[in-house]
Amino acid sequence: MSTLSTNPEPSRLSRVWNSNMAYSFRQNPVAVVSMAIFLIITLAAILAPVFAPFDPYDPAQIDIMNSEYPPIWVDGSDAQFIFGTDDQGRDLWSTILYGTRLSLLIGLCAVALQAFLGISIGLIAGYVGGRLDSLLMRMADIQLSFSTLMVAIIFLAVTQAMFGSAAFNKYAVYFLIAVIGIAEWPQYARTVRATVLAEKKKEYVDSARVLGFGPLRIMVRHILPNSLSPIFVISTVQVANAIISEASLSFLGLGMPPSQPSLGSLISSGFDYIFSGSWWITAIPGIVLVVLVLVINLLGDWMRDVLNPKLYKG
Amino acid sequence: MSLLSVRDLTVKFAMRDQTVTALSQISFDLGKGERLGIVGESGAGKSITGFSLMNLLSRPGFIDSGKILFEGEDIVQMNEKQLRSIRGNRMAMIFQDPMVTLNPVLTIGQQMVETLMAHRSLSKSEAAHISVLKLREVYIPSPEERLNQYPHELSGGMRQRIIIAMALLLDPELIIADEPTTALDVTIQADIMELLLELCQSNKVGLILITHDLGVVSQMTERTLVMYAGRVIEAGRTREIINDPQHPYTQGLINALPQQTLPGHRLKQIPGNMPGLGALPPGCPFSPRCEYSVDRCRTTLPEIVQYAGIEVACHEVKRLHNADETQEQSA
Repeated sequence: MSTLSTNPEPSRLSRVWNSNMAYSFRQNPVAVVSMAIFLIITLAAILAPVFAPFDPYDPAQIDIMNSEYPPIWVDGSDAQFIFGTDDQGRDLWSTILYGTRLSLLIGLCAVALQAFLGISIGLIAGYVGGRLDSLLMRMADIQLSFSTLMVAIIFLAVTQAMFGSAAFNKYAVYFLIAVIGIAEWPQYARTVRATVLAEKKKEYVDSARVLGFGPLRIMVRHILPNSLSPIFVISTVQVANAIISEASLSFLGLGMPPSQPSLGSLISSGFDYIFSGSWWITAIPGIVLVVLVLVINLLGDWMRDVLNPKLYKG
Repeated sequence: MSLLSVRDLTVKFAMRDQTVTALSQISFDLGKGERLGIVGESGAGKSITGFSLMNLLSRPGFIDSGKILFEGEDIVQMNEKQLRSIRGNRMAMIFQDPMVTLNPVLTIGQQMVETLMAHRSLSKSEAAHISVLKLREVYIPSPEERLNQYPHELSGGMRQRIIIAMALLLDPELIIADEPTTALDVTIQADIMELLLELCQSNKVGLILITHDLGVVSQMTERTLVMYAGRVIEAGRTREIINDPQHPYTQGLINALPQQTLPGHRLKQIPGNMPGLGALPPGCPFSPRCEYSVDRCRTTLPEIVQYAGIEVACHEVKRLHNADETQEQSA
């Protein structure tokens, strides 16, 4: 016995490091690079006030005379502005940092809302079954038959008209989170329901019922943790989708206002000047957006491969 | 008063086009600390009996009529809250396959502590302490370490021991064990059965052992219930049933044991299959396979009669018995 107990209990960190998932992560250069880029973008976005030389939200720091300076590697640039300035004279680098922060925030919060709605509805539909299941899933089908953008455009256009531009711009972040969150819950609900239907038949659920646990505890504590892998995979895809949706809506003028630009509204505001030669206002935020969405999708692909029990062999 | 008394329990399944009777008029009693075996082949309704005792049948099954009196209270009439206070707490169940019965994403400790805390107002450390004691009771080595392990880190026999420990956690009065060793290999089977027997005896826990293994029943139980096509066809003291089975089906089961045949000879099996529950014959459900069946067997259902201290549902039991005796005398 003493030989056994002298063996030190592995710490939580080393357990994670030695897990199959961490191993496959280290073995996959695409995943490592994607993760690195994602972390860099996220860190830069979170620490935007530290990295950004200017505050794009502060009108006192903006001078219209600085407008449309090109990036520093192009002739006629100003050394102050690494990526140049936009049409209003804002430093593009600072604006992108703040914009990425907004895009990520909206994407993550919208997905959190989707996940909350979708997981609760999916769990209930799958576990209770019967009429309630049919009702909830038909609601999901109806929701899915409207495209997300269509729902979002109608909702945002109506709220914009109702509250007026000023009030809308003030709460645009919350409106975007709500509309993207609500429009996409069926994705989660369907995935979760399918997993719950499979898990519900397993004997550990019977044994939980035999031990006298109530339905809520069985759903949340026993079935949900066993259904997490598809939820993880779908979450990465949904974050990418939500960021794209936000960018599309902002591009169409229904999202973040130009005074508080996200990546989408930056691309949109630069689009008016693209033919007058100021390509950088659109191109640079565009590249950031594409890279961000791409790395998230690549991470999602990797995760799907790792968590897929059919592909997973010891 | 007996611990559990089941009266005329009838369970039906509502299928798409018809309602089939899975259990019909099951009645039996179980005293405190008594051990009862339920035997029968696959589909005879053994496991459904186990689940109905906890009122845990899931759709499309339902209890049609009858009473399940657990210490005088009728489980059939209880609401969900009352049932939950009984399940796991006063009545526990052990399943067939230990590899899938434990939740794979929770540690042993989490599952045990959670079970305790769901039924008793205990602190986490008290619950962990009780869990360790129970694990020790089922001879799990270094139980403190096991609490932090996940089910996949343990062997099948170890897991079944843990499941037994979990069944015993709240000191139930009755354990229903549904083929507890079918998924384990033979040497571990014997260990687990011995452990179960020892724990039931020392803690005065009632046991209902559902199995198709007559050998296990004869070692473990005091009384036996033989089921066929959803009916009890023979019930009585285990020793008497094993030594002198009255129903032709039970006789067939015992004759089919490998020990009953000389090496090199074909096993004596009962011809045919059990009829599907949707297509039961009008008379005795065993009549199509029974070598002694007469016209009456095919038309009328036999009532349960007392014969030689055994309750048996067979028209011809007297004739069979006399025939046996005359054979013995002439031999």
